[in-house]
Amino acid sequence: MSTTPFKLAIAALGGQGGAVLTGWLIEIAEANAYLVQSTSVPGVAQRTGATLYYLEFFPREAGGREPVMALMPVAGDVDCVVAAELVEAGRAMARGLVTPERTTLIASSHREYTISERSAMGRAVATEAELIDIARVQAKRFILFDMADMAAKRDSVISAVLLGAIAGSGVLPFRKDAYQGAIRRSGLAVETNLAAFDDAFHAAAPGTVARPESTAPARLSVDIPPHARTPVLQNLLLRLRELPLSVQPLALASVRRLIDYQDPAYAKLYLERLGRIVRLEAAHAAASGDWSLSEATARSLALWMSFEDTIRVADLKTRGSRTAEVRGEMRASPGQLIDVVEYMKPRVAEIAGTMPATWGQRLQRSAWATRLLARFTGGRRVRSTTITGFLMLRAVARLRRWRRGTLRYQIENSRIEQWLSRIEQVSAGNHALGVEVARAQRLIKGYGDTHEHGWRSFASLMEQLEGLQSRADGAAVLARLQAAALADEQGSALALELVGLGAAAARVAPPAAAIEHA
Amino acid sequence: MAERSFAREVESLRLGDGQEFRGEGILAVTKALLQSGVAYVGGYQGAPISHLMDVLADSQPILDELGVHFEASASEATAAAMLAASINYPMRGAVTWKSTVGTNVAADALANLASSGVKGGALIILGEDYGEGASIMQERTHAFAMKSQMWLLDPRPNLPAIVRAVEQGFELSEASHSPVMLMLRIRACHLYGRFTAKANRSPKFSAGDALAAPSRDYSRIILPPSTFAQEKEKIETRLPAAQHFIASRGLNEMTGADSDVGIILQGGLYNGVLRSLELLGYADAFGSSHVPLYILNVTYPLIPDEIVRFCAGKRAVLVVEEGQPEFIEQALCRILHQRDGDTRIVGKEVLPMAGEYTGDVLKKGLGDFLGRWAPRETKTPAAATPAARRETALMPVGKLAALVPQRPSGLCTGCPERPLFSAIKLVQRELGALHISSDIGCHSFATLPPFNMGNSIMGYGLGAAGASAFSAHSSRRAVAVMGDGGFWHNGLTSGIGNAVFNRHDAVTVIVDNGYSAATGGQDILSSRAPPKERNANQSILDAVKGIGVKWVRRVHTYDMRETLAVLREALTTGYNGPKVIVAEGECQLNRQRRVRPLFKKAVAEGKRVVRERFGIDAALCTGDHSCIRLSGCPSLTVKENPDPLRTDPVAYVDNSCVGCGVCGEVAHAAVLCPSFYRADIIYNPSRWDRLLHALRTGVIGALQRRAERERLRYAL
Repeated sequence: MSTTPFKLAIAALGGQGGAVLTGWLIEIAEANAYLVQSTSVPGVAQRTGATLYYLEFFPREAGGREPVMALMPVAGDVDCVVAAELVEAGRAMARGLVTPERTTLIASSHREYTISERSAMGRAVATEAELIDIARVQAKRFILFDMADMAAKRDSVISAVLLGAIAGSGVLPFRKDAYQGAIRRSGLAVETNLAAFDDAFHAAAPGTVARPESTAPARLSVDIPPHARTPVLQNLLLRLRELPLSVQPLALASVRRLIDYQDPAYAKLYLERLGRIVRLEAAHAAASGDWSLSEATARSLALWMSFEDTIRVADLKTRGSRTAEVRGEMRASPGQLIDVVEYMKPRVAEIAGTMPATWGQRLQRSAWATRLLARFTGGRRVRSTTITGFLMLRAVARLRRWRRGTLRYQIENSRIEQWLSRIEQVSAGNHALGVEVARAQRLIKGYGDTHEHGWRSFASLMEQLEGLQSRADGAAVLARLQAAALADEQGSALALELVGLGAAAARVAPPAAAIEHA
Repeated sequence: MAERSFAREVESLRLGDGQEFRGEGILAVTKALLQSGVAYVGGYQGAPISHLMDVLADSQPILDELGVHFEASASEATAAAMLAASINYPMRGAVTWKSTVGTNVAADALANLASSGVKGGALIILGEDYGEGASIMQERTHAFAMKSQMWLLDPRPNLPAIVRAVEQGFELSEASHSPVMLMLRIRACHLYGRFTAKANRSPKFSAGDALAAPSRDYSRIILPPSTFAQEKEKIETRLPAAQHFIASRGLNEMTGADSDVGIILQGGLYNGVLRSLELLGYADAFGSSHVPLYILNVTYPLIPDEIVRFCAGKRAVLVVEEGQPEFIEQALCRILHQRDGDTRIVGKEVLPMAGEYTGDVLKKGLGDFLGRWAPRETKTPAAATPAARRETALMPVGKLAALVPQRPSGLCTGCPERPLFSAIKLVQRELGALHISSDIGCHSFATLPPFNMGNSIMGYGLGAAGASAFSAHSSRRAVAVMGDGGFWHNGLTSGIGNAVFNRHDAVTVIVDNGYSAATGGQDILSSRAPPKERNANQSILDAVKGIGVKWVRRVHTYDMRETLAVLREALTTGYNGPKVIVAEGECQLNRQRRVRPLFKKAVAEGKRVVRERFGIDAALCTGDHSCIRLSGCPSLTVKENPDPLRTDPVAYVDNSCVGCGVCGEVAHAAVLCPSFYRADIIYNPSRWDRLLHALRTGVIGALQRRAERERLRYAL
């Protein structure tokens, strides 16, 4: 006879069915001569926040003595923690609910990203591997698999999978059919829920080693193909093989991207540009074996050279592979009809950018033409699954052969050249700073206002180069400025850093004006 | 209709003598009211007592059978004023709300009620929203009990004790002619447990009886000189009567072995205290404690004789009292001092002054107290539970906390308020930052990421009033946000009427989602499809015009262009006077509950229906996430970038998308990004659909294949 209740905590998000799961567990326990108490704090957490359900179980005694059950868990005093999402498992651990001596941790490996992870201007997602490593040490037993995926495969809900995992783990002394009975009696989606329950039961059974599928970012291919279809392409392969080994995978992906974006000649231009940097770094690399400048440039240059103009957008939206992707995303069954509506908002800038450079410039200079055109811009919804809509987009995509003459191309091209010569100029004296200049391309992304904002941030960083070149910590400062530029979209963090930088510079050498007024 | 239906649970309200009731704490309270012969019930929803209101609304037939009047009051003040029925007549009445916010609103009526005194039992059931999960500022209800001389019950958190407290509360109220407050902490409200039920009782005295023979007593009116007499009566008659009732009926409990140290605790903390004692090795799981306990199921008034008796022969007594100021601790010190007791009172010196007394907090505080005053030899080692010997192995919490991002509450998937706040964000980009006076409701979440807007929240319905000082004419206008719930609660007069009268120049946006959404989707005066017991469908627009606003606009929030244009107009118009924008959009939670079954039914019946959903072309997304910063919809999330050259995650719409259209609107209005697309998924297509699609996919497919062959020629 146990002398203390069995304690179970469920960490979930509002809307994940924590209350349903709790209801099932209560029903199962009561049907099996157990006393059970549960509490929760739904409140506003119901609206997408993190919430905790807490249950205590105690075998009903013949004498009728009833234990006093607590309403919230105490750190180090929980037998089983069920987490419906990976970071919630982490949160339960941070609260001290998982201890190596006694806690079985049952967690789903999938992620529901928090708003801070989603809304960052770059990468801010939590490090899953680290959380998983900690859980392996921190829990007495750790059951981990992708429960959202398992539920989706059975067209079921995560609460059914969680119930299966609890049952399969054997932490509670109830038989499998007792759990299944609760699902049956609920009368809702019984078949699919039972199927998901059963999958989870087996996945969580003792002795089963469930490994979560890796959600690691896409990998670069390292094998350069031995032969190409045409002499022009073969020539590109030859050039690729001349590059340092560590640069080759990046360059291969880049060359493929730029052929896809424009043509083999454009890829050749890329390799020539990259070659300039590689030759420049050769001396440095000979001494240290470090090709970080070439590596950074290889990536940034490819991304910049494949800037997202209207031609690119129309091209990608009209491909056969794209049609397949949309159907996959929508989980369309074979034969299901889907119409696709594209949301485009070309502004005068985009239209001018797609024109031959001289026309485009003339358009932008002419106030009345801009005003006139602005009346016809604005939100466009294009049905790309209709023949007319498709042909319209296709026509824009076909402008590709004249891309080199467009205003946008000429602007980007001159910016790229300017950036490359900056890298060359800076890295001669300060290799590390050169690497950061190469990396700074990552500030320029997005479309419309977002793109312009990114460009302005980038430009203001470049203005600092002269001052930074002579500083030993120049690279570190530029890295910090990049982080600041990505910290908020108002540019407040960057402005603050720049002011700090200005002040620091002023301390070293007060500006002439300050002396005059003194 | 409320978010949760209690149709099934309501049946348990019919249980008779000796049957076992199983369910949530707040349902048990409802059953206890019916067992006590309550004549009328009112209240205002809000966590954690929303379910009480929902259950009562769903149990109208049972209430009708018993002759119990129930209403969903317009505000807590309305509910409190309803208790006036118990002043002149032996009618038992109960009201409920979220405390302390609701108690603040009700305070005027409560103070007058407490001064008048009651003939019939008057019970105020308070959902104490303190600690984890609380959505309000943190205060104690205790002060209200003391200032108005109402008695405060804080029963042990188990269903039999809570039900007993309801029954005894009515009796105490009648015995002492004073209103009684019953406070239930948030977890006690949501506690699942059991108790043995009794049969329901019809009220002995009904409103009909009262109206047939009205009774009047001038001494109960709140006007001098009666008020002076009432003030004396409170202290000279009612307080002693209450203390006598509490002592003679044994409402407070003394348990545990005999020892020279003891613990005095609020009843509501009993389970937590006992668990801590068990973990520390001073008690077992069944409540037998080696430390004597004095459990205050009534925390106001205190019973000095009981306190003196408990403290007699004890070197030290710990007071476990949650929140501040430490009213009970202060009173104990005074009582013991005046009675020449030499027991050392220990309280907030080992327990925190502020914040919730969680299991961990209690365990530490009790451990410190017992370690000092009752070291290990006083406990019986044999009784020590295995739990006591377990040492916890905690990770360095700092490291974990850094790995675990916060998860604040936010607007739901497809929420109609999202495009409104996106529009306010965009209008600020055009016109500069605005001072925004926020309000209570789902729209409060706009103060959190990703919107991060709103300068203050002054209380429910007080958004417009909160902007009063900024309402003079100036170059940039202040904006106030108010929900439809808050509008009917008091905002119509406190905010809009006030703005008209004082010639304000600010802009007030009234969020009209059709429900009291944040508290669980209860119906309000402007709800579109109310149940037959209620009269709703009243127009906010008409009310605003009726009170004298000349500049009124109605917008549909999902039409972001229109919303943006109206906001711009309101902020820049030459019109000097209050400007009100009624922003309509049905609460998506309620809408989906309504629409989803209909959709499924239509699909099953073979009707042609179209489901809209949004998607993002991963190849076009550059990973800047500005769409997420403008919207924050839970279904608009991120995933790893399929492009090996890019490292930032791409935006991604998951399958929970309800196709509200905001993504497209945002992409258009903010000139964001062409990577969004809308997919119209056609169920049960017509023959024409099939023909057209066959033609289209034929032509488009051929063109795509040709382009693919062309590309392949250059593929490396």
